Order: sequence, then structure tokens, then C-alpha cells
Amino acid sequence: MKHALLALATLSALSAVAHAEEVVVYSARNEQLIKPLFDAYKKETGVDVKFVTGQEGPLMARLKAEGANTPADILLTVDAGNLWQAAHEGLLKPVQSKVLDANVPAHLRDPKGQWFGLSVRARTIFFNTHKVKPAQLSSYEDLADAKWKGKLCLRTSKKVYNQSLVGMMMADIGPVKTERVVRGWVDNLATDVFPDDTKMLEAIAAGQCDVGIANTYYFGRLMEKNPSLPIGIFWANQQGSGTHVNVSGAGVTRYAKNEKGAVRLIEWLSSEKAQNLYADVNMEYPVNRKVNVDPVVAKWGDFKHNYINVAKAGELQAEAVKLMDRAGYR
Amino acid sequence: MHGETSSPATTYPPGWRKPAWWPAVSRWQALAALISSVTVLPLLVIALSFADVNADIWAHLSEFVLPRLLANTALLLLGVGVGVLLLGVPLGWLVAVHEFPGRRVFNWALMLPLAMPAYVMAFTQIGLLDFSGVLQSWLREVWGSSAWFPPIRSRGGVVLVMSLALYPYVYLLARDAFASQGRRALEAAQSLGLSPWQGFWRVALPMARPWLIGGVSLALMEALADFGTVSIFSFDAFTTAIYKAWFAMFSLSSASQLSSLLVLLVFALIWLEQRLRGGRAYHAGRLAQPQSRLPLHGWPAALACGFASLVLLLAFVLPFGQLLVWVARVWEADLDARYIDFVWHSLALAIMAAGLVTLCALALSYAQRRDPSPTARLWVRLATLGYAVPGTVLAVGLFIPVAALDNLLIAWLGAALPEGTTAIFKGTLAVMLLAYLARFAAVGFSSVDAAMQRITRSQEETARSLGVAGFALLRRVHVPMLRGGLLTAVLMVCVDVMKEMPITLMTRPFGWDTLAVRIFEMTSEGEWERAALPAVALVLVGLLPVLLLARASSHTGAHR
Repeated sequence: MKHALLALATLSALSAVAHAEEVVVYSARNEQLIKPLFDAYKKETGVDVKFVTGQEGPLMARLKAEGANTPADILLTVDAGNLWQAAHEGLLKPVQSKVLDANVPAHLRDPKGQWFGLSVRARTIFFNTHKVKPAQLSSYEDLADAKWKGKLCLRTSKKVYNQSLVGMMMADIGPVKTERVVRGWVDNLATDVFPDDTKMLEAIAAGQCDVGIANTYYFGRLMEKNPSLPIGIFWANQQGSGTHVNVSGAGVTRYAKNEKGAVRLIEWLSSEKAQNLYADVNMEYPVNRKVNVDPVVAKWGDFKHNYINVAKAGELQAEAVKLMDRAGYR
Repeated sequence: MHGETSSPATTYPPGWRKPAWWPAVSRWQALAALISSVTVLPLLVIALSFADVNADIWAHLSEFVLPRLLANTALLLLGVGVGVLLLGVPLGWLVAVHEFPGRRVFNWALMLPLAMPAYVMAFTQIGLLDFSGVLQSWLREVWGSSAWFPPIRSRGGVVLVMSLALYPYVYLLARDAFASQGRRALEAAQSLGLSPWQGFWRVALPMARPWLIGGVSLALMEALADFGTVSIFSFDAFTTAIYKAWFAMFSLSSASQLSSLLVLLVFALIWLEQRLRGGRAYHAGRLAQPQSRLPLHGWPAALACGFASLVLLLAFVLPFGQLLVWVARVWEADLDARYIDFVWHSLALAIMAAGLVTLCALALSYAQRRDPSPTARLWVRLATLGYAVPGTVLAVGLFIPVAALDNLLIAWLGAALPEGTTAIFKGTLAVMLLAYLARFAAVGFSSVDAAMQRITRSQEETARSLGVAGFALLRRVHVPMLRGGLLTAVLMVCVDVMKEMPITLMTRPFGWDTLAVRIFEMTSEGEWERAALPAVALVLVGLLPVLLLARASSHTGAHR
């Protein structure tokens, strides 16, 4: 019995044994956004990067079930909430790296070094240029004002980007005021919530509503295809705490077989060489401040971040979801 | 082989005395239990979550989420149930029993929506019909307003789109049912003075009941387990609450508990249906002969053709056309040599899984026939429940025990293994295929088992009196009579496996990306236009089994 199993194990293990050099990544960031980087890394260093893509929840459940026998060295996800949760569940390992501390601003990484933001995703206000003047806009909170009644479009509260936005607002102005704002948003809705940012932006362009909240790269993609759309971008809360930002980022797994290789790869991803490739493929913002943003993205102008650590979004996410449910924001 | 009477046959190894506490288990029950353990194990893992109940999350869910969710679920079950019947039954009836212009094309074309993932169809429908969509934008240009247009992102919209996506299950099975009834029953009805219309209602429809129930329950289980379509419509269903608990409130255990309730609900519905069905029999007098169809002329022919065309237009031509428009924009940039691998992986997995699932479905159905005891029936029913669980939850339920087994084995074999071994079973095709079995047993079973009910006991008795027994009985008597049902099972499982996403994502070996994985990569960041390329490839690859089976089965009445 034992011999048969051993033979089987050796056979199937042939494919599962990591080569010493190789780095294995579980990625919730999709293939077309990460593969060009891993190809470039291989070209530069000769190190192979093996990766599996999937949704964050299942990938984390997988890491947990595999425990010490996970092949993964790195977990890569697309928002801070999930990174916070992975750290919270003990799936990640703290890393000391001067390179990462220098390349990634403090509010975009875990204070204990369990994960590091690699690109910035800004979530701000968009408006129909035929109907709204930028001077009429100011903040996320202002969209709850009755003057926007029947003019606001929002994406569903089930998307993590909105959960993070509301979580950060709770950190900013407290849960009571936040709930009042969210209720105001719901009262102002022009139509049922949208399944994604692109559809929401198209509704603004079509005149179904005047204003809405979306991530900037969806706007970038839409305008690239159809530059004549009457949609404008407005940087929210510049007079106050700054525009809400989230990160896509990575951490070294707790049971990484190739910890050194994993750290080196994350350091490389945060470097000037890689940052443009990492952020520009999806019109996001680099985390590394020494790197210039994509020329198309640069045209949208500079803006002030909300400097509260993005980890807060994960910590408050469950509370934010409850708050939105209470307020009737679907 | 002996003891194959209708009472459970219980045999034990020689020299082994049954202890008093040992339940009487027939070998058929053991077979059914073995097959269904693949489904029961993940369901148990999911149910184990009740060891860790988060009262806080449940209080919140029951106050703010559940009331709306239960109302919506009832509406979904009712609406989609009625919708798929209204589309699938008349189409199956028309194609199986009548002759009208275009029938031969509709015969296979009407199953095409099956090859398109429901959420892809939903997305294209919204792209066409929403306020900012093609149709309403055009209306506003012409009339200045589209305010009268009914909103597609509504409860009615979900029911409509899901019915259009899921009716092929009912259509396929209804077509099998009507074709295998033969004309005799209808002719008898007519000789008793019933009109063709009365004949349909009082003879054909009641005789097709196991097929129709099978088709509707597949459609409803898929509707309940669906996440993609309901989230595109912002429709709050069981699955949206499950994923809210898991992904947003980080409580996999609450999500598993909700999933267990969903499975219980489905189990209750199945039990209820069986109670209502009682002991009725659905035999056909003999193996249905290739029958002559009733020719339609004039208005009836035009109506039949018009109805089939309309359904095909809404459920396939329009969404597929939209996909093609998108493909035209992206194929130059996105189509590369890797698509050969994607197609090959999709096909290989689909064919292997379809073979395995159909074989197991046949075994389950035959076991239930040899041993009609409640115990055997329970095991068979348990085996089919995997279809009602949201895919992602089932995938985790499957992965956890496999990973645990690997961890145990690696600890046990220890130093004998090559340095750095992290997997023994996980990441192998075998696990992936078993996972598909857990998910799709219901799909194979409903088709095979409905066909099994056409075979009378007296046909079996006759064969047995001629000395045909055991496996030979199955091979020589049942399989030829089940041919239509088996082919339908292979086809449906093939196409379903190709579309399957969460289990594929979770259990695929490194590098085994499929077309469905490709669709996921694109849609996860909202790039629907780019998802059109793998989606179109999926439909085209899905056509292969459809056409092959149409050819292979050109001698059985159902598929001509």
C-alpha cells in the first residue's frame, strides 16, 4: 500500500515539486495584467514565475486548506480588503525589506510588512459634461445632498470597491455621519444600482443620470474606445481628506518554499523598471513615486490621496457592508 | 448474478455473519452510495460549518437580507419554472412530433443557447436593451424618448433572460420524451374521440412527466446556484447573500451555512415532487419506432416556424451576434496560439467528464431500478444535489478534503518523497474529473433516468427468461433502449463542463487553462468585449458535440 502510494506520489509530485529558483504565485489579478510582467522578470533574471489565477475568496480558502503544503510563495490580489483579510487569517508572513519600504508609501502597505500595494486605484466622481459644471461638485458626501435627487448613479454595494470607499468614509467621519450620507445617496438614485463601473459610466454618458462614482481606469478604457463621450472626471474631497484610493498588491505566503525569491519578485514589481508596466497596462497609478504616470492618465490631473492606511478598508469592510444594508443601498 | 428481483438483494461474503447493528445493504445501495460519496463529502464539509455559527452576521442577515432574498428566490423558482416550460415544452412537442419548414435545423439549433454561459447572455442582453444600450439609444434618437421602454434590469428581466438561457434543458428532455412515446398512444387517444389538442394535454404531456420534471429541476437548480446572471441584474438571490457573507464579511462559514440551507430547500422540493408522482409508471409499449411526423401546413406551420425562430433569435442569434461584433474589434490583438491549448483543454475535460458522469448516471439509475428501496433512492438523490450548490462553494467543499488528504499523506510518507513535494492528489486531472462528477451528476442522471422509466418490467422479465441477466441484461436490453437518453446526457454534461468556471479555477493543474478560465480572466475586470472571443470559441467548440451526436444518433427517433 505504502509503496503504491509512494510511486503515485512521486509520479504526480514530478509536476508539483518546485524548482529551487522558481516562484509560484496565486493571483486574483488576471492573467493579461500580470503575465507581461512575469515574462519580463524571466527575461531579466532567468527566474521562472508559475502562476494560477482565480477569485480572491477561493484562493485564500485554498491557501488555508493547503496549509504548510502550499506550492504558493506569493498571494497577489486586487484590493486592500482582501490583503488585510489574508493577513488577518495568518496566510501571510511579515517581510523586512528596505527596498519595499522605500518604493511603497506607508499608507499603501501593511504596517507589519505582510503585504505591499503595487498599484493605486483611485475611486472618484464622474459627471455628464452637458449637464454638470465641475464647480457644482465637491465631495462624496455632497452627492447625498437633495440637489442631486434623481441624478445619481451608483454601482452595487456588493462590489468591494464601494465597500472600501464606505469603510474609509467611516474611518474619516464616523459611522453615524457615514450612514446619513449613504441613505442620502440611496434617496438620490436615478435608477437601480449597476453591476459594474463601465455600465454606470455609460449611463452617465447616455443622460440617465448626471453624476456617479467609479474607478478611474474604467473611465480611461471607455474614453479610449470612444473619446467623444460627454463624461468628465472630478477629484473628490480635495478640500478635505483626499480622494479614496485602493491598491492591488502582494504578500509573501506564510509557508512560502522560496521566500527569498518571493521577496525579490515583489521588490522588482515595485521598482521603477516594472512599475510602469504594472500600472499602465490597466491605466492605474504606480505606487512608486519616482515613476511617472501613463501619459493618458496624467491628463486627468494630479490629486491628493486619502492618506489613511488602506488596511483600514479591510478592517471596517464587514461593518461597511452592514451599514449599507441598513441604509438600503443594494 | 442472482437475486435480481424487485426486492432489495442482500448478499454477504461467505463466512461473514451480519451483526445485528449492521444495516441490510444491497450491492445496489453500496454502488449508489459509492458514487454519491463524491457529492456527499463536499456537502458534509459545507454542513460542518454549523460548528462555527456567527450570531452577529446571522442577526444582520435575517433582519436586512433574508426577507428580500426569500421573496426573490420564490419569484425566481416560479418565474423560471414557468418560463422554461412555456418555451421548452411546445418547442420539444413541435420538433419531435410535427413536420414544418425549418424543423431539421431547429431540431439542433434550439439547443445552442446551452453552449453560451447564462451570464454572458445576460450581459449581451443588457448591452442591447438597457437605457444606454443599442436599442433604447436608437429609440431616443428617433422619438426623443425611451421612457416607455420596460427596464431590463428588473425582476422580469432576470426571469426572462434566465428562461431564455435555461429552456434548452426542458426542450432536450421534452423532445426525447415525445419522440420516445411513439405515435401509438396518440393514435389510441384519437380513436377514442380526443382532438389532437386534447391528446397533447391528456396523453402526451402526462406521459412526459419524468422528463419535464427532470428538465425543470435542472433549470431551477442552475438558477438557484447561479451567481453571474443575478449579479449582472443586481438581483438579490441566495447566491448573492452567500457571496456577501463570504467575500464581503469574510465569513466562509456563514456562506457555507446559507449554502446548506439552499441544498435543504432543493432536497425538500425533490422529495415533494416524488411524493406527488407516487407510483405512476411511464412505460412505452415498445422501443419507439422512427415515426412519421404529423405534417403542418398553412397557418399552423407558419406559427410553429415563427415561434421557434423567435425563441432562437432572442436566446441565441441576438446575443451571439453581439458577441461577434465585439470579437471583430478584439480578435486581432487577442487571438494567439494559446487558443489551441484552451480549446484542447476544454474539449478533453468535457469529453472525459461527460463519459464519467454518464456512466455513473447509468449506474445510479440502474441501481435504483434493481433496488427500489427508499435507502437506494436516498443515495441516488443525494448524488444529484451538487448541481444546486453555488459552484465556488462546492469547489471549496471539494478542495478542503483533498488538500487534507494530501497533507496527511505527505506527513505519512515524509522523507521518502522528493524534496519540496506539496501535492499528491490535488492538481491532478483525476480530482478535477471527480469534482465535475459531484457537480454534474444531476445533469446526466435526469436524462438517463427518465429514459429508464420507458422500459417495462415485463421487457426485463422476458429477457431474463431467455437467459439474459446481470451485466448482459443492462448491455443488451437497457442500453439500446436508453440510447437517446444517454446521448442527451453526454451532450448536456459536455457543454456544461465547458462552461463551468469555479471548479475549473480551483482544481485545474498548473497551466491547464480552458476557454471558461479565459472568460473569467476577462470578465473579472469588466472587459466584456474581450471576453467575447473565448465566449464565441466556447460556442463553436460546443457545436462539435452537438453536431457529432446529431450524426451518431441519426438512427434514434429523438435526435433525427
